[in-house]
Amino acid sequence: MNTIVMASSPTGPDAGAGSGPTGAGRTRSEAPRAGAATGKAAVQAAPAPERTEPITARFETALQAGLRAVLPPVVGMLLLIAVWHLATLGGGGIPSPGQTWQAALVLFADPFYVAGPNDQGIGWNVLASLQRVGIGFGIAALVGIPAGFMLGRFALLAQMLNPVISLLRPVSPLAWLPIGLLVFQRADPAATWTIFICSIWPMILNTAQGVTRVPQDYLNVARVLKLAEWKVFTKILFPAVLPYMLTGIRLSIGTAWLVIVAAEMLTGGVGIGFWVWDEWNNLKVEHIIIAIFVIGIVGLILEQTLMLVARRFNYESR
Amino acid sequence: MSKKIVQIEGVGQTFDTKSGRFTALRDIHLDILEGECVSLIGHSGCGKSTLLNLIAGLTTPTQGVMLCDGREIAGPGPERAVVFQNHSLLPWLTCFDNVYLAVERVFGAREGKAKLKQRTHDALALVGLAHAETKFPHEISGGMKQRVGIARALSMAPRILLMDEPFGALDALTRANLQDELMKILAATGATVVMVTHDVDEAVLLSDRVVMLTNGPAATIGEILEVRLDRPRERLALAHDRQFAEYRAAIMEFLYQKQLRSAA
Repeated sequence: MNTIVMASSPTGPDAGAGSGPTGAGRTRSEAPRAGAATGKAAVQAAPAPERTEPITARFETALQAGLRAVLPPVVGMLLLIAVWHLATLGGGGIPSPGQTWQAALVLFADPFYVAGPNDQGIGWNVLASLQRVGIGFGIAALVGIPAGFMLGRFALLAQMLNPVISLLRPVSPLAWLPIGLLVFQRADPAATWTIFICSIWPMILNTAQGVTRVPQDYLNVARVLKLAEWKVFTKILFPAVLPYMLTGIRLSIGTAWLVIVAAEMLTGGVGIGFWVWDEWNNLKVEHIIIAIFVIGIVGLILEQTLMLVARRFNYESR
Repeated sequence: MSKKIVQIEGVGQTFDTKSGRFTALRDIHLDILEGECVSLIGHSGCGKSTLLNLIAGLTTPTQGVMLCDGREIAGPGPERAVVFQNHSLLPWLTCFDNVYLAVERVFGAREGKAKLKQRTHDALALVGLAHAETKFPHEISGGMKQRVGIARALSMAPRILLMDEPFGALDALTRANLQDELMKILAATGATVVMVTHDVDEAVLLSDRVVMLTNGPAATIGEILEVRLDRPRERLALAHDRQFAEYRAAIMEFLYQKQLRSAA
């Protein structure tokens, strides 16, 4: 590389000081050291006069920045697999990473097969779970968000309902499953019902909190303008509460995805939770481990998607 | 004699707090005349913002009567536009939409969309922000935000403009710029202004009258200083003006000698 050649010749800096601008000479002499040491120093070397230098330097910087961002998570994952591998060396029932990988290849070769009501591909199971979460969660949003607005707006209502919510919120949603079974007489709506119950609390509470935290200044603007109630809602209240609402939604989708697995283990049918239990009965432990990864990845995607949406609507961070 | 826009007669304000009744203001008598610019000045906590909020109608007085155009002030209204200290622009609306919200509310019933938009353009152009219409508040500087706030207030064609330390949160240079611009705007529109300030220079430079409040609690009007400087006023010329210095000294004397108590 050009820079290394320059560094190896001791005349570089001196010659630069004698003839051309000293700044250029100094930059050139420092560049190789910087490139070898850290990316930060390479940035300083970038505005050197010759064209080829900054491009390579910039490329190196980008490469190093990228490596620094990617490397730790990759090392973390490798560590997890290493620990897993070590744990399975001594035998026992847990399949090794290699065995699991082989099983996964077979499993994902045909994720959407149907061989009877209780034997379907993992794809169908995940989709069935997602559908239940979507329905339960959607109804919870339809009920919980307006309820949160009412609670935030009317202090009396909040005083009435806060003790009720405080009492019911810590209850595991699975405790509601029998009630769901009793009311709906079928397993599927009962599972959806538990999702509804666990999703609704964060939505109510966060929305209500958002409403009470709308800055007084904005409400004063509304008062001075004498805006109509509907305008106050659409122009001030709703946009101001939206970030809080999205926090509630994000929290509840996380819980909903946690709960659906447990609920489906109890209700059966098609769904990732039931699938895990079914594979346990079949003693296909590698499938259970695959399911753990699938559940984790889907949960991650759900959460990250909502984070993206939330960031889009968060006026505070702008 | 010009017409009285706002009449304040024997107004007092007490708050019921946990530690008992707290009197913020008492016996305020003040008339605001059409086209004049009145500053309220006093030590912090003396109730000058409370008085402004009373005129705005955001709070109601516990004693006395307040009239705007001969009618009792029963609540806030767009004829008494407020420029808030921290601009209070809605962060999810562009500068244009922030102003448009006010214009639509005041003129929407009588005028078509095109006319409303024209009014919004005009208001923003008046404060020199025609180029920033599509920007969101977080994309512009503090001084520009305050200008949008002023544009929003002016766009309502208010009877009186109420400004609560409008330039308090800005740096000295930006503040000076905006003061000069405000003077131009007031000269052009003939607007009536009541402004809360704690800046003696600002009070003398902008006002026709400076209302000095005594220290709280139970603050009232201590002195009223008439500023008889010719308009348009030039900041630089006034810096060496003997009369300006005297006005300034009079306010300082009131604030730092007669009302020293709370300054400690």
